[in-house]
Amino acid sequence: MQDFSAAFGHALALLVALDPDLMEVVGLSLKVSLTAVLCAGAIGFPLGAGLAVARFPGRNALVTLVNALMGLPPVVVGLLVYLSLSNAGPLGPLALLYTPTAMVIAQAILVIPIIAALTRQTIEDLRIEYDEQLRVMGVGPLHKVATLLWDGRYSLLTALLAGFGRAIAEVGAVLIVGGNINHVTRVMTTTIALETSKGNLALALGLGFILLAIAIGVNAVAMGLRATAVRSAYA
Amino acid sequence: MARPTPTAARGKQVILPLVGEGIVVARGGRKLLDDIDVEIDGHGLTTILGPNGAGKTLLLRVLAGLLTADRGRVLWAGRRPDRTRFPHLGFVFQRPILLRRSARANVRYAVRAAGRSRAESRRRAARALAEAGLDHLSDAPARVLSGGEQRRLAIARALAVEPEVLFLDEPCANLDPASMAAVEGMIEQARTHGTRIVLVSHDIAQARRLSDEIAFLHRGRIVEHGTVHSFFTAPQSAAAEAFLAGRIPL
Repeated sequence: MQDFSAAFGHALALLVALDPDLMEVVGLSLKVSLTAVLCAGAIGFPLGAGLAVARFPGRNALVTLVNALMGLPPVVVGLLVYLSLSNAGPLGPLALLYTPTAMVIAQAILVIPIIAALTRQTIEDLRIEYDEQLRVMGVGPLHKVATLLWDGRYSLLTALLAGFGRAIAEVGAVLIVGGNINHVTRVMTTTIALETSKGNLALALGLGFILLAIAIGVNAVAMGLRATAVRSAYA
Repeated sequence: MARPTPTAARGKQVILPLVGEGIVVARGGRKLLDDIDVEIDGHGLTTILGPNGAGKTLLLRVLAGLLTADRGRVLWAGRRPDRTRFPHLGFVFQRPILLRRSARANVRYAVRAAGRSRAESRRRAARALAEAGLDHLSDAPARVLSGGEQRRLAIARALAVEPEVLFLDEPCANLDPASMAAVEGMIEQARTHGTRIVLVSHDIAQARRLSDEIAFLHRGRIVEHGTVHSFFTAPQSAAAEAFLAGRIPL
């Protein structure tokens, strides 16, 4: 078993030297997760805003469902995406299994409920505040949704960052649909799992540091945005 | 800068005459508005005056189409209120609801929502903010303005769409004398330019200063509706008499 301090030192050396293998894995991780979050935002923002503004039978049940889906088990999502994309699945002809696209799909599915639920809460609070004013201005439903999304933008950025945090740290789903193929679908989390099992703690630790730094950075950005918005009374 | 003639003065009325017929609003088995008949037309400023809890704000919301009465009906120019005519009215809430944007963006939003072009919204926002004495705060976030500035901004925003009728719910509540004077100045100016104004207040002195006519509301009923002169010189009801004498009407 490797000595922990030696592994730590080796990990730092890899980071300082910008090891190409390490950087490739980090680059793919960021690319997949950022794409997934953007796709999830494109679906989650309107979905959450719609749930906040619209009134229809079964709305409460749908809100409860979206909230519950925030805790979706990644391996279950991975399995469902795998079944859909495998040769026998309905999306098999697209040949997306074991590609970064499949990983984007899986991560997006995990992130959509997070963004939708946080958006619904934000927009609903804002709707209660704005409702009568927008009504006396004669603002229609679509314009109202756009207004609420724009005026809630700082809080919604926080939702986006929360989604990114979930996506970048996810391992189960991307392992199933990506296959952890070297130079193709290997991302930080799957590499950490693999390298740890192989006993190569240096690379695993190096990636762990980066993952931690990203998580802390994302939270710092979220808190900074929120504080700036509150200070300037835009939140 | 000359303000364009409001809709009312151009003769294209879509809100006036504003009529309430047999309006009843009840909550928990209690009638908060009880069989109210009211008509607002012509020019000037009508104050809905009355003690706290008389139902003044509720009546204003019903007349402005924000709340549907349990019984009776409201007619704007002979028709039921609908969303397409909301851009022809302005409503300033007692606690102004300002968007999380700059003062200028708040005004521009209202003008754009009324169907005007971007260029027009820019022009009107500049004019409205200047008239409200807020041009130096155009880029400030609306929600960091003082209470008096927020009230003036809300009125400026409502007036920027050149409404046919402006509804004001206690526009001077909790303001210092200077801010109150500034708000009253804006109201006077709007009336001078032909905007029909319906104002809710429990401030007797303000009602006397600003109003052309008074509708006195007591326990959900309009017990007097007449000119400001007749109301203050010869009130017809015991409730109005008690209110003017500074007593709580029974």
